[in-house]
Amino acid sequence: MLELVTKGGKKYWGLIIGLLVVMGIAFGFWLWQLSFGLGITGMSRDVSWGFYIAQFTFLVGVAAGGVMVVLPYYFHDYKAFGRITILGEFLAIAAVVMCLLFIIADLGQPLRALNVILYPTPGSVLFWDMIVLNGYLLLNLIVGWNVLEAERNNVKYAPWVKTLAIVSIIWAPLIHTVTAYLYCGLPGRGFWLTAILAPRFLASAFAAGPAFLILLCLIIRKVTKFDPGREQIQSLAKIVSYAIIINLFFFLCEVFVVFYSRIPSHMDHIKYLFVGLHGHTALVPWMWSSIALMVTAIVLLVIPTTRKNEAVLAVACVAVFIGTWIDKGMGMISGGFVPNPMHHVTEYMPTIPELIITLGIYATGFLVLTLLFKIAVSVKEEVSGL
Amino acid sequence: MENGRRYFLKLAGISVLGLGTKPVLNAFASSEEGKVHEAEIQNNPEALDAKRWAMVIDTRKFESEEDLKPLIDACNKIHNIPKLTNKNHEIKWIWIDEFKHVFTNMDHEFVDDRVKNLPFLVLCNHCEKPACVRACPTKATFKRDDGIVLMDFHRCIGCRFCMAACPYGSRSFNFRDPRSFIEEINPDFPTRMRGVVEKCNFCAERLAVGKMPACVEASNGALAFGDLYDPDSEVRELLKNNYTIRRKSELGAGPSIYYIV
Repeated sequence: MLELVTKGGKKYWGLIIGLLVVMGIAFGFWLWQLSFGLGITGMSRDVSWGFYIAQFTFLVGVAAGGVMVVLPYYFHDYKAFGRITILGEFLAIAAVVMCLLFIIADLGQPLRALNVILYPTPGSVLFWDMIVLNGYLLLNLIVGWNVLEAERNNVKYAPWVKTLAIVSIIWAPLIHTVTAYLYCGLPGRGFWLTAILAPRFLASAFAAGPAFLILLCLIIRKVTKFDPGREQIQSLAKIVSYAIIINLFFFLCEVFVVFYSRIPSHMDHIKYLFVGLHGHTALVPWMWSSIALMVTAIVLLVIPTTRKNEAVLAVACVAVFIGTWIDKGMGMISGGFVPNPMHHVTEYMPTIPELIITLGIYATGFLVLTLLFKIAVSVKEEVSGL
Repeated sequence: MENGRRYFLKLAGISVLGLGTKPVLNAFASSEEGKVHEAEIQNNPEALDAKRWAMVIDTRKFESEEDLKPLIDACNKIHNIPKLTNKNHEIKWIWIDEFKHVFTNMDHEFVDDRVKNLPFLVLCNHCEKPACVRACPTKATFKRDDGIVLMDFHRCIGCRFCMAACPYGSRSFNFRDPRSFIEEINPDFPTRMRGVVEKCNFCAERLAVGKMPACVEASNGALAFGDLYDPDSEVRELLKNNYTIRRKSELGAGPSIYYIV
């Protein structure tokens, strides 16, 4: 099936070359970071994790969110999703690839990364995160590839593939739970020290992942001969609606606990994000935009007439995606570091080189996604004789 | 032919997987089989030893930053601490801060003037249950039997999980090569490279040759250092006769630095 990636039109190759150019430029900046150190980023002694780790966190969610199209098919025998499970699986692969690259980009000594395996430390959550992420990547590769190959050959996939698919469904929430545990088990960071963090991560993941899938389905319908299907898109939209509402609800639960109890070390971070702290307000407009986008999306998704209109639905999905991206990709990580444990306020903003490296990793992910979707869609077109 | 190639790839894949998981499995296995005879390391007879090292800082003996500067300078000099001008990239092992920042949970509006204006020494607490050690994915930071929490600069991958875990802000990261920012290099202690985390080591290298920590030595008796589990030690004597406080004791990390206020 791999040969399918070599058969494409002008636009396809244009996209591939464009992504490769971005990757090349970003790679140059990464080499600079490698030789100079992480000092070229906006990170500091106080805000010691920044944009890279935030993107990693958000994308683990997108990867886990892919399961929302796989689960109904295998667990509830919801046949309609059979057409597009492969898209969920391939999206998960691209997202996990980006996650792993963001981790590498964030390491001070990336060439020593294998120390995590050479000196395995089961007491560290990062050790488990490595296992669940790589495991999820492998599962999706094997399941996705075999199911698609079976479809191409007009046969039913082997029973062991279904077993692995079920394992991957159970595995999906795990990757985001473990990622949340990276943060919520740390004693001195009031913002993360909450049991709702993992559920909140999952809710936003199950909103962002499927929202992105809807957008991808709409694009595929436009640029290829394969139609993912109206029913499929509408079912995904309902999943997004529930997930984004639950996400906002979990956030409000957190706000209640923090502000009713009035424990300063928990309040300060949310204050910093939404009203500013001691005059530091860099993230305030972002966080309110995030809330506004999520609320707008909820309104558009809950009302049946707007949800059923695919143009409006696309707008709602963009709102969900950007809203949850700001929440996790900007607020969630630096919010936990401001103020620092000694109650000093050091603000964080990514630098230009940091943004370019980030863009390069996104380009790599989109390249993987483009190639995989190209294979999937080509097989779909082939099978249906289009 | 097709089958032969596939079979080979499958076999190769499984073999690689098997090899890759071996060290992981070793970590879980506790069999005696793999044990090899290890060379014995002889301790320096001069070395200072303790069940658990602790420090008592008598803040009554300090008045201004001037009184604390010699202690900090002694540490910086011995440990090759770079002097970085960019505050974001600062390396700090022992430094000073105000009461409200050091004891965030004990500050109040009506704290007396002496305490309010007094500079407090801050350093790694060498916790009984260090959150940093628990978070580290490579055991690059670890707790010794005598309670000292150390860093292996050569194993650290620079993930900075320990910095997020430390509730005291005691850890620094080398955001760039620190060597050109060291005023005078002490050849007896390693310099660090970019991309690794570092922090106070309770002068483990000095204890090993029978010397007290540099800050203690330079403190004219304001800092006491000794074994917490030796009832006759100086630190125990001070703890018995003075009311002492520790930073964020409610977190249960068990810091080893005690302050007499």
